[in-house]
Amino acid sequence: MASPYSKELLLTMYRKMYLIRRFEERAGQQYGLGKIAGFCHLYIGQEATAVGAIEAIRPDDYMLSAYRDHGQPLARGADAGMVMAELFGRGTGYSKGKGGSMHIFDIEHHFYGGYGIVGGQIPLAAGMAFASRYRNEDRVTVCYFGDAAANQGAFHETLNMASKWKLPVIYICENNRYGMGTAVGRTSAVPEMYKRAVAYDMRGEPVDGMDCLKMYETVKDAAEYCRAGKGPVLLEANTYRFRGHSMADPATYRSKQEVEEERKNDPIPKIKDYTLKKKLAKEEEFDAIDEEVKAQVDAAVKFADESPEPSLEELWRDTIVEPGEEDVRPRERVLGVKVKWPSYPSGQELKVTWDLEPREQAEKEDKKAGLAR
Amino acid sequence: MAELMYREALNQALAEEMERDANVFLIGEEVGRYNGAFKVSQGLLDKFGSARIIDAPISELGFTGMAAGAAMVGLRPVVEMMTWNFAILAMDQIVNNAAKLRHMSGGQLRCPIVFRGPGGAGGRLSSQHSQALEANYAHFPGLKVIAPATPADAKGLLKAAIRDENPVVMIEGERLYAVKGEVPEGEHVVPIGKADVKREGKDVSIITWSRMYYFCEEAAQRLEKEGISVEILDLRTLRPLDEEAILATVRKTNRAVIVEEGWALAGVGASVVDIIQSKAFDELDAPVLRVTGLDVNMSYAANLENATQPDAAKIAAAVKKVLYREGA
Repeated sequence: MASPYSKELLLTMYRKMYLIRRFEERAGQQYGLGKIAGFCHLYIGQEATAVGAIEAIRPDDYMLSAYRDHGQPLARGADAGMVMAELFGRGTGYSKGKGGSMHIFDIEHHFYGGYGIVGGQIPLAAGMAFASRYRNEDRVTVCYFGDAAANQGAFHETLNMASKWKLPVIYICENNRYGMGTAVGRTSAVPEMYKRAVAYDMRGEPVDGMDCLKMYETVKDAAEYCRAGKGPVLLEANTYRFRGHSMADPATYRSKQEVEEERKNDPIPKIKDYTLKKKLAKEEEFDAIDEEVKAQVDAAVKFADESPEPSLEELWRDTIVEPGEEDVRPRERVLGVKVKWPSYPSGQELKVTWDLEPREQAEKEDKKAGLAR
Repeated sequence: MAELMYREALNQALAEEMERDANVFLIGEEVGRYNGAFKVSQGLLDKFGSARIIDAPISELGFTGMAAGAAMVGLRPVVEMMTWNFAILAMDQIVNNAAKLRHMSGGQLRCPIVFRGPGGAGGRLSSQHSQALEANYAHFPGLKVIAPATPADAKGLLKAAIRDENPVVMIEGERLYAVKGEVPEGEHVVPIGKADVKREGKDVSIITWSRMYYFCEEAAQRLEKEGISVEILDLRTLRPLDEEAILATVRKTNRAVIVEEGWALAGVGASVVDIIQSKAFDELDAPVLRVTGLDVNMSYAANLENATQPDAAKIAAAVKKVLYREGA
């Protein structure tokens, strides 16, 4: 049977996953060399959940994540050298070295950040989706978080509001089976996170997060649902991280056997095999991509290593916005390229037509209850 | 000039700013159909509709974070905390997200948002509903903190806060909502970061903010009869502190008393003392004194509640002490 997917899509997905994999391997290595410090949460094994979703949405859809946040911006088009420089704590990083591994922000590519407090970004995503409805835009917001975040109050409070107000947000719970060193089942009464959507009368479904194409299909469908104004979606991407929680974690709480078993599910060879089987590309084409990506990551490490630390004056910048101050556009600042920056309608241009609680309905309810308005 | 209640002045500021800029919306518990727990949002739902005056569920963390997310992509939310006591549940979103977005993104993001609602002690509400929490927020870089005493300042500072490009925490006086005062109509914006000499005097400076201003004024009037001339500096903004105004009043009177509703330890007043002693030590004729809430949780019993808070008598006694007059 012919593939429903184009060669271009398949090779793009492969390239992006391979880039994340190589980037993360080198990041781990640089951590070992002491070039990267702090926490450094690697994405190795989970590449399909980012890449499948990102190929399924529009480049101008909003996205944000937790602290395992190198992969998504790379897949959205962030400059690998500048992400690496951020990990190195250099002035050429996306946040000038102020954010580090857990706080990659690339607003040019609509990546609104990685966040370090478990579940803390979940309400922010609803707010971004709220803004899309407020301005009558058909944008969706995709928000990543881990299985442990689904036990935070922020998750439950937000799902309630998002569903009640039909906000166009896709929540992707990356269930990698461990909240740091604690297996999901030890802390969660309902370890199948997608089931929790039922409590908020919203759509929830599981998806094989080790399969890029399944992620792609599921998120594509969810995005259409959101854009049609039907409300939010909770997806549970069942995935696995091949490495520890962070570079500081040797992951002794799980068996070698378990990890070996999961490695058989590696999403990267999976998409390569599929493409070859469908005869859409030749082995040599993959080899060429591999070489290109390796060179790209080598260059990224070199760029980061050769970049200067931020100047001490930077301490006093970017805390308070001074009147008339413009936002910093990282690629423009570092690479001197002209970037397209998101702009929002001013108060005068904006017409808010959305009704959160339609007036007629509210009046009817009040009348029924014998209340005067 | 119209005489308005503090709550009406806030209402006017909200209505005017929402009229001016469609990006501004209000979200909070009971702000819509109930017209506001303290009636600050009276009539706004009828005027602006349910997409802009939003009744939130009782989920402080959730709706505060949601509003911060909306601000990240260009809207200008005003979040009403039913009281600042409940905002403790939302503190992560205020201090870990809103206050730090600019910094963590290396200047890519801004979060123009106002968190406002009543704070302060009193009203026989016991410990959980009765506390002055502004010091908590004044501690965090990335936030601005304002606490107006008068209706005119309430209007002017709220308008400034809504127009500010940064997250602003506005602590209103829960016991001040019915206080009346003259309020300029229309475009009346009080700059954030500027203190105000509310009473000119020459013998001693009282430095205070929000509701405590009224006790200070009462004390000043009593002291005037005894021949003591008191200057009152209303800080209005607690972050950033108006150092210039603090030093100017101390240089004028050479004596200072700081009056703070909250607890003494790590309070805002402690930072005011620090500014004075490190930058105007030679100007001082007496140690700076503080009058603060007692270092206890608030009681329900009327006599215990009263004893816990600063009042005019305590303030007057402190003034006399820095003047080396009488007992104390």
